Amino acid sequence: MGAGHAHPLHLDRESLVHRLPPQVKILAVLLYTIIVVVTPRDEFLAFAGYALLVVVAAALARVPAGWLAKRATIELPFVLLAVALPFAGHGERVTWLGMSLSVDGLYGAWNIFAKGTLGVLASLLLAATTTARDLLLGLDRLRCPRVFTQIATFMLRYMDILAEDARRMRIARLSRGYDPRFLWQVKAFAVSVGALFLRAFERGERVYLAMLSRGYTGRLPALEGGGATTAQWAASAALPIAAACIGVAAVLR
Amino acid sequence: MHIANGIVNAQVSAVFAVMAVVALALCVARGRADLDDRLAPMAGLVAAFIFAVQMLNFQVLPGVSGHLLGGTLAVMLVGPWVGALCVSTVLIIQCLLFADGGLTALGLNITNMAVIGTAAGYLLVAGLLRVLPKTPTGLAVTGFIASVIGVVIASQGFVLQYWLGGTTDLSMPTIAGTMAGVHTLIGVGEGLITATTVATVARVRPDLVFALRRFRTRPGSTAGVTPAMRSAT
Repeated sequence: MGAGHAHPLHLDRESLVHRLPPQVKILAVLLYTIIVVVTPRDEFLAFAGYALLVVVAAALARVPAGWLAKRATIELPFVLLAVALPFAGHGERVTWLGMSLSVDGLYGAWNIFAKGTLGVLASLLLAATTTARDLLLGLDRLRCPRVFTQIATFMLRYMDILAEDARRMRIARLSRGYDPRFLWQVKAFAVSVGALFLRAFERGERVYLAMLSRGYTGRLPALEGGGATTAQWAASAALPIAAACIGVAAVLR
Repeated sequence: MHIANGIVNAQVSAVFAVMAVVALALCVARGRADLDDRLAPMAGLVAAFIFAVQMLNFQVLPGVSGHLLGGTLAVMLVGPWVGALCVSTVLIIQCLLFADGGLTALGLNITNMAVIGTAAGYLLVAGLLRVLPKTPTGLAVTGFIASVIGVVIASQGFVLQYWLGGTTDLSMPTIAGTMAGVHTLIGVGEGLITATTVATVARVRPDLVFALRRFRTRPGSTAGVTPAMRSAT
C-alpha cells in the first residue's frame, strides 16, 4: 500500500488548483453546484457562462478536455433518461421532424442535461485535483463528524485490501486448474464472496489492533498546520462568486 | 438509484437535505456508543464492500440504472445507526471523488439509500429474527427477505421525491411501477449477496454479527474483548 491512496479519478499534476487546500475546493464546488441547480432552466445564457467557468477552471488545473469528457460518460444513464422525457412528457406539444414532442419534456431534458453535466464536470475537477487522503483531511477541517471521517478512512484502505484479496483468491483458483469461461466465473465468485469478506476483515482487524497499540485515537495525525490562507480562500471563492454574478445578471436581465 | 443534479427541484432537495442531516445527526449520536474495537474496522469494511458492490450498475431498462444498496447487509453486521452512517459515507465519497450522484441531490440520495433503505432493512431484520431460528441459515433467509423488501421500499423514496418536486411532468404510476419492478430484480441479487455473506460470517465468526448481539447468552463479561486479543493473552 506504499503507492499512496490515489483513486482512479485523480490526475497527478502540478497546478494552481492542485495546490489549493482541500477544504476550500470542496466548499467552492458545493456552492458552484448549488448556484447551477437553482438557476431557472430557461436562462440559456447563464448556463453558457457556467460552462465557460468550468473550462477556465479546467485550464487552470491543467486537466485535458479529453480526459474530462471521457470520465463524464458516467452521466450517460441520466442522459438516456433525459432523451425519453420529450416523448413521455405531458402538456403542450410541438412537431419536429415528424415527431410530436412535449415542450415541458424538452425543457426538462435540457434541465437535466445542463445541470447534470455541469455538476459532474465540477465534481470531476475536484476529484482530479484532490487525493483521497486530502479529501478526508478537508472534510475533517470542515468539522465533519469524526465518525464519518473514521469510517471513510477505513473504507478507502479496505477497498485496496478487498481488491488484493479477490485477486489472490482468483490466482489460487486458477493455479488449482479452475478456469471456467464467461458467466461460470460468477459461480465461483458467488460462493467465495463470504470467504473474501472474512479474509479481508481479519486482515483489517489485525491492522486496526496494530494501529490502536501504536496510539491511534480515531483520527490520523495531521501533517502540517493546514489552515487555508486568505489568498487561497479568495482564489477558490472566485468560482462560486463568478457563477453567482452570472446567475443574478441573467435573471435580472 | 443515484439521482443527478437537476432531476428534482431545489426546494424539495433542500427539504430532504435537512431531513438527511437530522437523521444522520441522530445516527452519529447513537452510533458513537456502538463503535467499539470490533465495530470500527467492521464498519470500514462494510462501507468498502458496499462501495465495491455499488460499482456494478446493472442497467435493467434503458434510462433506468440500478445497483445494489447494501443497507440490509450493513444493518446485520454493524447495526442500524452505524449501518446508516456506512451507507451515507459511501454516497458522500462517491459524490465527491467519483462524480456519481449530484452534489445538491446528496440529501435525496442519503434519505433514500442510507435512511429509508437501512431503516426498512432494520425493522424487517428485527421482526424476522423473532420468528426465524438464530442460525446461519435463519440469518441467510432473514437477510434475503429483508434485502428484497428493503430495496423496493427505498426505491419508492425516489418516487415520492419525484412526485413532490420532479422537474418534468411524467405519469407517476409509470415511474412507481418501473422503479418497483427494476428494484425487485436488484433486490433478489442483493438478497443473494447479503445471505451468503452473512451466513459465512455467522458460521465462522458469530461474534461479528450485530443482529445476533441481543440473543447472545455468553457467561462472564467478555463483551469488549475481541477474539484476536483473547488469543493473544
